[in-house]
Amino acid sequence: MKQYIVRRIGYSFLSLFLLSLTIFLFVRLTGDPASLLVEPGASEADMQAIRVQFGLDQPLWVQYWHFIASFVSGDLGQSFYYRTPVLDLYFQRLPNSLILAATAMTFSLLIGIPSGILAAVRVGKFWDNAGKVFALMGLSLPSFWVGLVLILFFSVYLGWLPSSGSGTIWHLLMPAFALGWYFAAAHMRLTRSSMLEVLGSEYVKLARLKGLPEAMVIGKHAFKNALIPVITLAGINLVVMINVAVVVETVFAWPGIGRLLYEGITFRDFPIVQGVVVIGGAMIVMVNLFVDILYALIDPRIRLES
Amino acid sequence: MSVTTLPAVAEAQYRPAAFWRGEGFPLIPVLILLLIAFVAIFADFLAPHDPQVGSLARRFRPPAWQQGGSMQYLLGTDHVGRDVLSRLIFGARVSMIVGLAAVLVAGTIGTLLGIVSGYLGGWVDQVIMRVTDTWLALPALTFAIFLAAIVGPSELNIIVILGGVYWTRYARVIRGEVLSLKEREFVRLAIVAGCSRRVIMWRHILPNVINSAIVLATLMLGVVIVTEASLSFLGVGVPPPKPAWGLMLADGKKGLMVGYWWLTVLPGLCIMLMVLSANLLGDWLRVKLDPQLRQL
Repeated sequence: MKQYIVRRIGYSFLSLFLLSLTIFLFVRLTGDPASLLVEPGASEADMQAIRVQFGLDQPLWVQYWHFIASFVSGDLGQSFYYRTPVLDLYFQRLPNSLILAATAMTFSLLIGIPSGILAAVRVGKFWDNAGKVFALMGLSLPSFWVGLVLILFFSVYLGWLPSSGSGTIWHLLMPAFALGWYFAAAHMRLTRSSMLEVLGSEYVKLARLKGLPEAMVIGKHAFKNALIPVITLAGINLVVMINVAVVVETVFAWPGIGRLLYEGITFRDFPIVQGVVVIGGAMIVMVNLFVDILYALIDPRIRLES
Repeated sequence: MSVTTLPAVAEAQYRPAAFWRGEGFPLIPVLILLLIAFVAIFADFLAPHDPQVGSLARRFRPPAWQQGGSMQYLLGTDHVGRDVLSRLIFGARVSMIVGLAAVLVAGTIGTLLGIVSGYLGGWVDQVIMRVTDTWLALPALTFAIFLAAIVGPSELNIIVILGGVYWTRYARVIRGEVLSLKEREFVRLAIVAGCSRRVIMWRHILPNVINSAIVLATLMLGVVIVTEASLSFLGVGVPPPKPAWGLMLADGKKGLMVGYWWLTVLPGLCIMLMVLSANLLGDWLRVKLDPQLRQL
């Protein structure tokens, strides 16, 4: 057990190391990093000053050491545009992203779980096929286009919902739906397959043999156990949502992390772009580690296997 | 995993006759893809206007069937007066080229690494799989944005970036297949016969994983096209004024609030049709060609 967790933590650190190395090398291999660190239109003398200031004239391994050291101490550089540390900006925007992700998750679970159960209970029948079509649509429609069409209908034609910005619950509905839509399909698929697996298990057969009503078998015995993988995926996806919301947040001018990244791109504000990507990658590595350890604690089969 | 039962299962489900009779063949999706390919190839002859030249005098013209529309600009014009139909037609070319090329790059990297990793095993396998896992853990879109922001927007850059971000799934799946192929008789016989490792990987393993690679490629095509559209929409994809569907959506935002729906709905429909078709074809191929991938 201890050995398993230690190894998992080791792998996570390796992942973080590879992530940082990738970002570090990409910036340096694809051009002059100084040109990304100065504001557009800076003079050659400024560039040289920046190179010395950020140690870009030193050997690569020294640079990498400084790069890591500054990240570990929480220094992600300063935004050119806002003139404040990237980390401060990140934490300013994080609550908005969390609200959006949580609402989108609620949408996706409210749609995904019932339709997944329905598809599993009526496997091969109408609802199952309808679910398949729905899942395929979810995976095929770009979320930002869903957002744009929603704006067209609910803001422009009907005038019911505000098209952009934040502040009230009405601002939240459309971006959350556009973001949750894609994940609803994924959650539906997993609910369906997990439910099918549970419905074929011995204890469900036993519950049926006992003569329990079908609604009870499905609702109480099968559903609870089928939900475990879905909840796990939802947990991981919540973190993923924060990091893939960039397009949806751009469409709706929602002031979250994604919007911050978009501003970073349009203003050529490199420290912001780098910071958002580094934190996002680290977040996902961490949540995967957390889930793996949690599973090992709950399910002894996993630690025995290793 | 009981390796010996795999071929039996595969043979039972792979029925060549049914395959060629085309049971459940997704005819409409294939026709749509062929149509898009046709339009992409012959865009120069099909497009009624130059997709990159407009005139402010005729901006925001609605489609022909709406009031104020004309047959000259069948699907209307955009915010600088460019013909939407022509831009959609040339946009098909961008999507096709970027989509296919990126999938090819991703497939080549992923398949080669998967074969090498699975066949050689040992520390090579460890290194490749650790890198794959790390790459897989990153949010692909964010990472693609990051890379695109560094190298700057161009079609070639997008292809390389998308290929570099999406090879991981190939590597994982192909490696898994190679692990079971490695234990099969024909590979063992090839080893006994004294074939070099390179020859075995190239001549004996590769042809056997190519089916899976094709299935994955079809399924990836949709993902790649959506990502390209997202990047273009954000301004780090195909550089303007090139006609790309994602760019058209970004431009369409300028007319969205006043209800110029054709600028938003039409490019999105094109993306949706192409991605949906690719997914349906991929699903069918997966079941037909490669029963082992069904659980994917």
